[in-house]
Amino acid sequence: MLSKRNPQLNAHGELIHLLSIEGLPKAVLTQILDTAGTFLSVNDREVKKVPLLRGKSVFNLFFENSTRTRTTFEIAAKRLSADVINLDIARSSTAKGESLLDTIANLSAMHADMFVVRHAESGAPYLIAQHVAPHVHVVNAGDGRHAHPTQGLLDMYTIRHYKQDFANLTVAIVGDIVHSRVARSDIHALTTLGAAEVRAVGPRTLVPGDLKAMGVRVCHSLEEGIKDADVIITLRLQNERMSGALLPSAGEYFKNFGLTEDKLALAKSDAIVMHPGPINRGVEIDSAVADGRQSVILPQVTYGIAVRMAVMSIIAGNDA
Amino acid sequence: MKVLITNGRVVDPASGRDERADVAIAAGRIVGIGAASPDFDADRVIDARGLVVAPGLVDLAARLREPGQEHEGMLESELAAAAAGGVTSLICLPDTDPTLDEPGLVEMLKFRARKLSRCRLFPLGALTRGLGGEVLTEMAELTEAGCVGFSQADAPVRDTQVLARALQYAATFGYTVWLRPNDPWLGGGVAASGAVATRLGLSGVPVSAETIALHTIFDLVRASGARVHLCRLSSAAGVELLRAAKAEGLPVTADVSINSLHLTDVDIGYFNPAMRLVPPLRQQRDRDALRAGLADGTIDALVSDHTPVDADAKILPFAEAEPGATGLELLLGLALKWGDGAGIGLTRALASVTSAPVRVLGGALGSLAASAGRLVEGGVADVCIFDPSAHWAVTAAALRSQGKSTPFAFDASGVELPARVRYTLVAGHIAHEAA
Repeated sequence: MLSKRNPQLNAHGELIHLLSIEGLPKAVLTQILDTAGTFLSVNDREVKKVPLLRGKSVFNLFFENSTRTRTTFEIAAKRLSADVINLDIARSSTAKGESLLDTIANLSAMHADMFVVRHAESGAPYLIAQHVAPHVHVVNAGDGRHAHPTQGLLDMYTIRHYKQDFANLTVAIVGDIVHSRVARSDIHALTTLGAAEVRAVGPRTLVPGDLKAMGVRVCHSLEEGIKDADVIITLRLQNERMSGALLPSAGEYFKNFGLTEDKLALAKSDAIVMHPGPINRGVEIDSAVADGRQSVILPQVTYGIAVRMAVMSIIAGNDA
Repeated sequence: MKVLITNGRVVDPASGRDERADVAIAAGRIVGIGAASPDFDADRVIDARGLVVAPGLVDLAARLREPGQEHEGMLESELAAAAAGGVTSLICLPDTDPTLDEPGLVEMLKFRARKLSRCRLFPLGALTRGLGGEVLTEMAELTEAGCVGFSQADAPVRDTQVLARALQYAATFGYTVWLRPNDPWLGGGVAASGAVATRLGLSGVPVSAETIALHTIFDLVRASGARVHLCRLSSAAGVELLRAAKAEGLPVTADVSINSLHLTDVDIGYFNPAMRLVPPLRQQRDRDALRAGLADGTIDALVSDHTPVDADAKILPFAEAEPGATGLELLLGLALKWGDGAGIGLTRALASVTSAPVRVLGGALGSLAASAGRLVEGGVADVCIFDPSAHWAVTAAALRSQGKSTPFAFDASGVELPARVRYTLVAGHIAHEAA
């Protein structure tokens, strides 16, 4: 089979869509993080706007419900002076039987410049990116279990902010990794940026052995997984996974894999604790840790806006 | 009509014949192979100089989409595709709408196919009513109507008791049951379990979905004595179990699809919906084992697994895309490509799509069993004449099938397929002639 060019990059290797962190060169990731740094100050200004996307229309296409991620994309686009249109597709077109690409074609006819897409199926943003006009950009805001690249990038921004360099870091990702697009994006970003060790931690039903192929160390005990870690990323356990064949109960999960102060003491004393939100207190993380001095969960949200501004401004400046 | 095929390289895998010869055909039968008698007065002479004259291909797995799924394929289009691919006999699956569980439907299909006279059609009847996996069909009636075996296609029989009884009942009459080994509880994913599915976030089908089903089937075969044909093996472990079952003497045969023989899950690339297939593409060691198994005869036949899919059903996110690929017109080329790549040569590669599948069908073919898939004097004149040195690009325009989606599409693969069919003869009648 002919190997195809990564559809996120143009012939010059510049980012035109953000679909996944996988396959992006380190330089591109670093460029996004550096650019995000310059936008952080915009958020502190009295007039929180720069004109980089003035006159551009950004469509938030959420085929799957999300308030938090959609809101942060909306804020980011508005701070870049774009016009933002939010479409809750889950309740409109597709409910009437319109196909994904027909929806995209119709919105393209309204002269969209950028689509921010969340979809329940892995790979959906690739399909969209392959069928939009050359000047239209696509940002993946989460597709199935596959990728959530802006979350991965904001996690990297957070880690770099607190730890400066990735080279000597041990990062533990704890929880439902098999179903997590955040975990996949974090893993690709960390291995690309050169983290010393990335660990995937959880019971065998949620942490498959195949993950080793992504360059992580697989740990099936929390103690082993977070020992001497510099960064702990806890993942949200979805309600529907808490009782069934994957896990018997939220209580048993918390007892074995929930992050408590006692367990956290196994990590390095200056370890930071992250979570993509929204958190389930008492399921994957104890309140004392979520609100504790090592938690950087709220700064993550702040950095998220700057990172999304960086992504949108960079891809809007590159042509297919 | 009398046809004389002159100067071709006649290759008959069953007898090992591979020589320059003329083939004389009269009244639908081959009347002579060798130097043509000067008083053979042909109505049509085909100059096969530089071409291979082979038996017509026999495909053990093709969906024609009639009745009920005409938006994806019709007998006219799909049997024309068969003829264009050199396929002169094909087995069609019962997962139509309605399913092939009534003798009247089977008779209607056979009648319509005969009228088109492009390709011989041998339907598999539904093993259970509506493929529901609960109530057995009238197998004797369906056989009388023309079914050559009974299958669930990709529908599960969840209740092992029902499967056991279906095999017992089929064994009573000596019917073959065609099963794709797939545990329905484990087998619901959209890609093979492994590093690629994990990386892409696609739900996986573990190898154990196949091996657990095989263990169940083999035990039920031991108990019932039923003859079972295993459809579209996908894993190295499956090939190993099959090899052991054959060594034990169980009455089982098996096939593999052109897709599993040539591709792996890595070919999914960036969620290419053309790679959404059932069974899912597995890893390289699985593909290697399937190729080795076909080469050493553990796997009996190569099949197209022809499944025309409407274009709209493929322009969807990977998991939502309808599984399947067009295949009838690719079978010959992909058989030869395998033969060439595996170093086993043209004759052995042709056997996997001619004489070997006929052996799988056995007595179910009736009087045809003696000569279908072969070139023998006195036998039926089902012939495929192809140019072994021509290459062609698989494009939508080049395909007769209504289904255009294939993993081997030139615009995605950049690879051309070897061998172009020039003429296809069914019962001595020219069913296809390349422009």
